[in-house]
Parts: sequence; structure tokens; C-alpha cells
Amino acid sequence: MKRTNELIVALAVLAVIIVIVWGVFAVGDNMPRGVTAYAQSVYQLHNTILGIVTVIGVLVFTAMFTSIILHRRSKGYQAANFSHSTKAEVIWTAIPVLILVVMAIPATRVLIDMENTGTVEMNVKITGYQWLWKYEYIEDGISFFSALDRDSNRARQLGSGINPRDVENYLLEVDNRLVLPTNTRIRFLLTADDVIHSWWVPELGWKRDAIPGMMNEAWTLIEEEGIFRGQCAELCGADHGFMPIVVEAVSPEAFRAWVADQRQDLADAAHDAARLWTREELMTHGERVYQAQCASCHQGDGTGLEPAFPALVRDGTPTGDLETHLYTVLNGREGTAMAGFRDRLQPQDIAAALTFTRNAWTEEAGEVVQPSTVAGRDQG
Amino acid sequence: MANATTAHHDDHHDHHPTGLARWLFSTNHKELGTLYLIFSLAMFLVGGAMALVIRAELFAPGLQLVNPEFFNQMTTMHALVMIFGAVMPAFVGLANWMVPLMIGAPDMALPRMNNWSFWILPFAFTLLLSTLFMPSGGPSAGWTLYPPLSLQGGNSLAFVILAIHLMGISSIMGAINIIATILNMRAPGMTLLRMPLFVWTWLITAFLLIAVMPVLAGAVTMLLTDRFFGTSFFNAAGGGDPVLYQHIFWFFGHPEVYILILPAFGIVSEIIPTFARKPLFGYTSMVYATASIAFLSFIVWAHHMFTVGMPLGAMLFFMYATMVIAVPTGVKIFNWIATMWRGSMTFETPMLFALGFVVLFTIGGLSGLMLAIVPANFQYHDTYFVVAHFHYVLVTGAVYAIMAAVYYWLPKWTGHMYDEKLGKIHFWWSTIWVNVLFFPQHYLGLAGMPRRIPDYAVQFAEFNMISSIGGFMYGFGQLLFAYIIWKCVRGGEKATAQVWEGARGLEWTVPSPAPLHTFDTPPLVDDKVAVHADRLT
Repeated sequence: MKRTNELIVALAVLAVIIVIVWGVFAVGDNMPRGVTAYAQSVYQLHNTILGIVTVIGVLVFTAMFTSIILHRRSKGYQAANFSHSTKAEVIWTAIPVLILVVMAIPATRVLIDMENTGTVEMNVKITGYQWLWKYEYIEDGISFFSALDRDSNRARQLGSGINPRDVENYLLEVDNRLVLPTNTRIRFLLTADDVIHSWWVPELGWKRDAIPGMMNEAWTLIEEEGIFRGQCAELCGADHGFMPIVVEAVSPEAFRAWVADQRQDLADAAHDAARLWTREELMTHGERVYQAQCASCHQGDGTGLEPAFPALVRDGTPTGDLETHLYTVLNGREGTAMAGFRDRLQPQDIAAALTFTRNAWTEEAGEVVQPSTVAGRDQG
Repeated sequence: MANATTAHHDDHHDHHPTGLARWLFSTNHKELGTLYLIFSLAMFLVGGAMALVIRAELFAPGLQLVNPEFFNQMTTMHALVMIFGAVMPAFVGLANWMVPLMIGAPDMALPRMNNWSFWILPFAFTLLLSTLFMPSGGPSAGWTLYPPLSLQGGNSLAFVILAIHLMGISSIMGAINIIATILNMRAPGMTLLRMPLFVWTWLITAFLLIAVMPVLAGAVTMLLTDRFFGTSFFNAAGGGDPVLYQHIFWFFGHPEVYILILPAFGIVSEIIPTFARKPLFGYTSMVYATASIAFLSFIVWAHHMFTVGMPLGAMLFFMYATMVIAVPTGVKIFNWIATMWRGSMTFETPMLFALGFVVLFTIGGLSGLMLAIVPANFQYHDTYFVVAHFHYVLVTGAVYAIMAAVYYWLPKWTGHMYDEKLGKIHFWWSTIWVNVLFFPQHYLGLAGMPRRIPDYAVQFAEFNMISSIGGFMYGFGQLLFAYIIWKCVRGGEKATAQVWEGARGLEWTVPSPAPLHTFDTPPLVDDKVAVHADRLT
């Protein structure tokens, strides 16, 4: 009688719990399926493990709530007095061990696959900076920085008044995307320049830390063309939330064409560094560089956030002399968040940003800095 | 003259300072226990207020309230205050009050040190919290203080490190005191395997504390010298290694996680038998499971850092070792359910919180098992999935157990019954909203939202808003907890010595409220009195 009763109640409880669990799965998001064979194997593994722990949870809660419903004093239930059973304890030690073995086998297989970073067709070096990424295509000799795009950057300022919902791909768009060929086995070499970052695109199925002074490896082989978005996953300072990653996967042919374009741009840039610029050109380009590189700390109007981020302008006058300013921008300032931009930017970018900073908020026209001046500065 | 001295000696219990001095100079385990508990409640509310700043900023996409730097200070401080200010002192407070009462000892073994270990804490937290008002602001690199990021901050880092040292000293002294008390001051007949499980779990926790708090102290001292004295322990440019810090930190950090949960296991193992009116199932295996978890906690640290790039063999080892923890933890959960099975249960507030603990901690445990799987961890790591996981084990785990304990023993402490109706409202309110708060964070993490970000892409907006609503409802609900305690201290139905019909153990043999001095004459403990005698063998 007692046992029949327990069985009936347990089945009813099981039914209720299954409905609740079904609801929990129905309303929420699951991990993305991914666009590489590896990511899909992680997705499968995740679903398998999630399934196993869900079944365990459902059974445990069924037993527990059956007891809660039946074995209560308000129903006149008399307490039994047993306090151990070797058989039961052996069973519920042994069965979990078996389940763990079942979980460990596929997990080990997928992990071994991920860690095999040999035999690749191309290499991309990723360097994390506060708060942007640098990508170097080792074989093709191309390199560039990739930072949060201007629209998102404007909207994300405190009290910007811009509704993030009006910004396309808010916080998940960059100025320069990482363009990669599909169906190509690519190795990533990850490091960082200042603090630890972590490079993560969920659709690729992994994240890996970019650590200053260390070189980490990872690989991917993207099977679908498309745009895949991710973010820095390791706390790296004030703008940790604002250094997205955008991978644009294109066909190998389109990739070759893109590489050729980039090479042409490089040649143009070298030419730009050598020629004389007008004040207007410098101011226009400088505003773009300033907003992308400097404004997150020194603010859009150059007033900074004292004491961590000094003001660049006070009462309509630049706060320091040009030489110091140039030296600091090129080499950074030790013990502060101010990074050196010598390797991050082209001479014309630095020249333009300096010209902009020294003219934009002053009453009188200030100094104009030419790219050749910047290029001529010796290593700090 | 000799007589006078003797008389004085016999009477010294009754000469008791009053007012502020009573609390400042007290060496009494019950008064110090009370101080610890009040302190931890205050810190719980302070840390909770910080959590509400975080949830308010995350209510909608875009930055509305605070700048990112302050947001990072809030996440960092919230964790430090909750871990070191709320949960740990609460457990030490419970140990202070209950361990002597449970083993039949007149007081803690080292009463003056007991006073000192408490009174360090207000100074430590004044130091820590004062950094928020310094020019360079509070720490903002996360509670883990990973270099090189943590070394970028201003001089306030030195204050944070000194505060952590003070907390560590306090914890180590508290742990020494608890070990000395349990090993030396048990009443005659109170053998180790007759001790209540709360005493057992605390004994093991105290050993963990002594083992790992010095490791934390070492790690933060190296941060201090790297930042201020030109060393390069963690600076790659100087020949150091930033990942070394993570290994040292988590060698402390993982046992620390169990420091925060083992006493909770003990509490739940006290409460469920009382309200099921049935002895704890598998007492001995509970003790061995606790010891196994404590041992394993030392060899799984690197599962917090699978993404730093470790050799394959190391990752496999840490994955398997982590998975093994599921076995003793499973044993505990099965034993609690077996204790309930065919008992005669009633559902007073302590039992409700204990049952809430079993259900919700199990959810956190199962997501922990998922996190152990390295390839999947590469996806889960540093996302809101992890945030959901550790809040399930810490809030609905550790904090639920602490609240269960407070309701369970409050009548013994105050001599009054708390307001049962309000207690039940507090439980149901908390349980509904805490799930609204933390469950959607699983979805956010799986969908790709990193943790420790002040702003997010708009596809995360709905679940963040739901989570924030849950956070505010849960958070303000805790004021009811403070009110219930205050009301119970002030008055209420008189509590009997037994308090709970099904309760067993020495603490229920002394009157309620427990007089300042108990067990001046040690009680004699045999299988009839002991709470967990293996009576049937």
C-alpha cells in the first residue's frame, strides 16, 4: 500500500517536473551551433552533458518532492527510523562514477582535437590591447587594428542620449573586421601588449586568453561564409565591455582579392606618411583617430577623467608642450593606462590626432604636426 | 585573604562590563558569535547594495548610471565584501555560538584570540571600503585581482592588500581557535564520530582555512611588491609570469570555495533530521564525503583557468579531478533525501530554507559539472553562465544555509520564537525572486554574454531586465530578514529549551536563551544523548 502510493505520487511529481523543465528549455537560449566542425562537436558535447545533468536533476527532485508530499506529519505519517543502508550507498556512489566515465570519453576526444594545432595553411597573430585588437596575417604581411565602431562608441558613452536599439549591431561592430578564408585551416597565435585579454567568437566554439609575454595557440576551419561576432572575455579594464571581435568569413578567392586591396592600401599609407598634409586634412582625419583611440579615456572633449585619465586641454589651452605630448603618445607612460602608440598607428594617424587635440578645443589656432615629424622621432 | 581571592575567582563570571565595553572586551563565545553575525548581516546589506548598483546599470543596454570604471569597482567590491565580509564571518559567528554548545564545552579554547579575530574585521573592512573614496578609487580588477590589470590601479591597491591581510589573519586565528576547541574541549563521551555534522564540517573547513589563507597572503604580497617595490613576479617583461599569479590565487581560491560551502553542508545536515524527525542518513559517509571534498579541493584549482593555455595532460587531469568531486557531493545530496524519505516532516522556516538549499544547490552543482568539461568550458568560461553557476551555489547555497541556521537557532539565542508567518513569507519571496534573478543568467551566458561588462548588445536586453527585476525584489526582500531578527530579539513567544520537537543534541539541553555561561560542568555524552550516534550498529 505504502509503496504503491509512493509510486503513483512519484509518477505525478515526475510529470510536473518534466513540464517545468520543458518550459525552462523552451523559453531560454542555448549555445550557438557554430560554423566549424569543431564548434559543432562542442555544441553536441554541451547538449549531451546538459541532457545528462538534466536527467539526474529530474530524478533527484522527483524523489525529493515525492517525499515532501507524502512523508509529512500533517498527513499523520509516522517517521521510520533507518539511518543507513550499505547497499543504497554503494549504488549511489557507483552509478555516478559510471556516468562520469560516459561524460569523460567524448570530452577527452573533443579536447584532443582542439589541442592539435599542427598542419595549418595560414597563421594569424592576435594581440590584445586596452581596448582593441591587432591582427597580423603572418604569410601576407598585412596587419591592422580593430576597435569598436564609431556609432556604438558614441552611443555607449554615459548619458549619450542615443538609444542602443537604434545602433546596428550595438557593441558588436568594429572599424576593421578580421577577414578570413573559409575551408582553410587557420592557426591563431594569441598574445597581449598590456593586460590579459581573451579572444572569443562563440560561433568558432572556443575562447583563449591573450597574455602579455606569452604566446597561446588555437585553430579554426570555418565552413560557412558569414559574419561572426564576439567579445573580449577577460576583464581588461574600464573598456573591457567595448572591444568586440568581428570575423568576416569569405571564400578563398574573395580573400585573395581582399589581401591584394590591403597591400595597395599599405602602399598608399606609406605615400601618405611621406607627403605634406593640409591643416584641414589633419583635422578631419585627426578627429576620427582621436574618437577611436583616445576618447574613451580622455573623453570626447579632451577634459579627461581626473586623476586616472588626465585632461588634454584646460581653459582652452593644451595642458602640455608639444614635444612631451608627442613623446607620450609614441611611448606611453609607465605605471599608467597610457599606452605607446608608435606601433599601433601610422605616423599620419598620430600626426593627425595630435593636430586635432591641439586645435579642436582651443581659442587660437595651435600647432600643426606633420607625419614626417612623427616618423622622424627616434625610439623613446 | 586567600578566601577573598578564591571568592573573586569563583565570581568572575558575574562581573560583566556593560555598554560598549561589554562588546569591545568580550571574550565570551556567545557574545562574539553575536558580533560576528551582526557584522556579517551589515556586510551582506552593503554588498547587496553594490549588487543593486550593478543590476541597475544592467537593467537596460547603454550606460545610464555609472561609468565603466566605477562599475568594475562595484563588481570587485561586491565579491570581496560578500565572500570575506558576509559569508565567512557568518559561518565563524555560527561556529562561535554553536560549536561549544554542540560539543559540551564551556567556551572556545582561546577566548582572547577570539575577541581579537573578530575586532580585526571592522578595521579590515573600513580600510577596504575607504578605497572607494580615495582619488584613484577602489580596486577594479575583479576580486581575483589578476595582474597585470590589478597593478594598473592607483595607490589604493596597497590598502586593499592590507585589508586582505587583516581578513586572512582574522580567518586563520578563527580557524585555529575552532580546531583547538573541537580537538581539546569535547565533553566526556563526545567522541569524534558522535559529533554533530556541523562540528565536523567546521573542523575540516578550519584546516582548509589554515592551509590556504597564507597562500592568498603570499599572492597579494607579491602583487604589493610588484606594484610598489619594483619586483617582477608577475611581469613578463621582467622575467615573471602573469599566469603564475592565477595558479597561486586559485590554489587558495578553490579550497576557499569549499570553505564557503562545507559549513553549509553541516547546517543542512543538522536541520533536515530535526524536521524529518528521523536520524541523518549515512552519518559516517557524510563525514567521509566532506573530507574527500576537502582533499579534492586542493587538486582542481586550474579548472578556473582552462583558457590560459595549459598542456593537454594538465587539462585532462584537472577535468577528471573536478568531475570526481561530483561523487562525494552526490552522496551528500542523496543522503539528505534519504533522511527525508519516510520521515515525518514539518516545514518551519529553517526546514524551508534547508530544502531550498538542497534543490537550488543541486542546480548549481549540476552546472558546475558542466563547467568541468573542458571543451564546453572554453565556451562557458567568463560568461554569465559562470555567474549563474556560482550564485546558485553561493546565494542559494551558502546564504540559504546561513539563513536556515539563523532561523533554526534564533530561539536558542534570543529565548523567543521568531515570527513564523513572516519567516515563511521571507522564504517564498526570496526563493521566487532569486530564481528570477539568477536563472536567466544561464541563458545569457550560453547566448554569448561575457561577465564583468557594464553594457551589452541589445539581444541580451530582455533577460538582463528580468534578472534585474529579480535582483531588486530579492534584494529589498532581505530587509524583511533583518526586521524578523530585530523583532525576535525584542520579544515574542517564549522558546522552550527544546525549541524544535525533533531536535537532538547538546545545544537543546541548555535553556533558551542560552545563558552566558553553559556547560561549566561538562555533560556526559552517550549514545542516548549524542545527536548522531550510529545507534543501529
